[in-house]
Amino acid sequence: MNRYTGRTLAIEIVLIAAGIIFLIPLYVLVSVALKDPEAQAGFLGFTWPLKFDNISTAWVESNMASGLLNSVLITVVSVALIIVFSSLAAYTLTRNTQHWSRGMFYLFLLGFLFPGQLAMLPLYLGFSSIGLVGNPLAVILIAVGGHMPFTIFLYAAFLRDLPRDYEEAAAIDGAKPLRTFLTIVFPLVRPVTGTVGILAALGIWNDFFTPLLYLSGSQSKTAPLAVYSFVGEYSANWPLVFSALITSIIPILVAYFLMQKFIMRGFAAGLKG
Amino acid sequence: MTAPPGVSGPTAVAMRKEETPETPRRKRGRSGVGGVKIPFWFVLPAVIGYAAVVLVPNLSGAVLAFTNWDGYTPEIDFVGLANFTRVLSDDNSLRAIGNTFILTIIVSLGQNVLGLLLALGLNTKVKTRMALRLVFFLPVVLTPIVVGYLWKYLLTPEGTLNQVLAAIGLENLQQDWLGNPDIALYSVCASIIWSGAGFSMVIFLAGLQGVPPELLEASAIDGAGPVRSTISIVLPLINGAIVVNLLLSVLGNLKQFDAVFSMTNGGPAGSTETMATIVYKTAFLYLEYPSALAQGVVLMIVVGVIGFIQYRVTQRKALA
Repeated sequence: MNRYTGRTLAIEIVLIAAGIIFLIPLYVLVSVALKDPEAQAGFLGFTWPLKFDNISTAWVESNMASGLLNSVLITVVSVALIIVFSSLAAYTLTRNTQHWSRGMFYLFLLGFLFPGQLAMLPLYLGFSSIGLVGNPLAVILIAVGGHMPFTIFLYAAFLRDLPRDYEEAAAIDGAKPLRTFLTIVFPLVRPVTGTVGILAALGIWNDFFTPLLYLSGSQSKTAPLAVYSFVGEYSANWPLVFSALITSIIPILVAYFLMQKFIMRGFAAGLKG
Repeated sequence: MTAPPGVSGPTAVAMRKEETPETPRRKRGRSGVGGVKIPFWFVLPAVIGYAAVVLVPNLSGAVLAFTNWDGYTPEIDFVGLANFTRVLSDDNSLRAIGNTFILTIIVSLGQNVLGLLLALGLNTKVKTRMALRLVFFLPVVLTPIVVGYLWKYLLTPEGTLNQVLAAIGLENLQQDWLGNPDIALYSVCASIIWSGAGFSMVIFLAGLQGVPPELLEASAIDGAGPVRSTISIVLPLINGAIVVNLLLSVLGNLKQFDAVFSMTNGGPAGSTETMATIVYKTAFLYLEYPSALAQGVVLMIVVGVIGFIQYRVTQRKALA
């Protein structure tokens, strides 16, 4: 169990082979995007030297700079609001013992049942009647409201086990509830805030359906939506399409390699709850 | 619980307070938190946001599914179950429901079996485990429609998969993976499994960390082989991780949209249409609002019933 045996070596070889197979799609993504059409294609279409013309063409033609900017804006604003709203709500619902707070908690849990497709039409027509279609605010509102059940659930699970002594001491010292929350409770729930931040940020950044409905024809396309429009225009040109795909996922890749441990721990911690 | 920096003042007060006979702890039973009254408005932003984009639209959608509401005619009449009988006698809707179940079963099984095998392998002394974990988890963070377009290329007739098959002398296995209605759904499943296996793996790895090595050593001494001890010792101990993984993959894939939309858009000939893609098309392509709402209610009921069954089964297992 604790030594590196022949069996461990066999497992290692199998796993490395599996890892290489896992990476083939990404290898193809890069090799097709950087392909030189003049050169002789090598293994799975790889050519040398690499040609970056496609990347720059796709970057300009897909308007990816604006797509990434919109994605950053929508993700950052949504995640900040999600963290503030859900931690405040979970704090209130776990610390109050009146009947309504239990009922309200279950009302939030009800949200796990709704698949989203049912709300799609009433919500779309409602937002359209108040002029929110084409406005990134629509996507932010949907992301924030839609994340409430899961994030309140996570914060509440953590807060129930958190000793109340600090809060009570602060109240006795005369701190107002909001001040108690901001200076005492919020720093204590930091582990959940990290998990919520990661899961919500990835979910919102990668979301395609909501931007498809609300931002399709607009100037505020997100990165996935910019990819979608670009593919619609250049579907036959795989090198250009793949270049657009690469530019759209670069921020995720950078974040992933910088914070890999943190991200995986966030997934494991958030989903055990 | 260790006190984080910055609360040393209140902490000190709390400790001193604990020594006096009237600790706040005693009061808590009756008046909620000892002396801390949290104002009601703290929950308002969450409640308003949630009600506006989840609760009200879903409930009104469910009610409108029993009417002839078409989005612009001001007069709305209740039509009973007419929308549901129309949807449930429509071949395309039924096919989408069937496809959704097939996709959910294949992906959930495939993703979790693969994720479990990877986790078991990485939970050993292999030297490359950190790097490999990074590799297997990478597809999880990638944008699903980007993965969809990437796999669409891999599976074209001139794509990577057929090239690889030719290179290893298996030309007769070459297929139009996404163009053949008999296999397109399975090809879509393969791409979803690729992007989800690392996710299951991470949950399983977290579960495996709770398995005490002494138990495995004891079973090895008793003569149990690696397969035997995995089945009779490890799997029961990571029951929680199995439950979470199955629940999330089943509920997630019943709502599958992005992968299908980007790879096949439901085709060829409706062979990969899922419930989520058909609701979208009925509403925004065919503009048949009553049917779309009825399909949405069907999807909600399916998700709700299956989620509830899974929840009940796991509760019983947890007790046993």
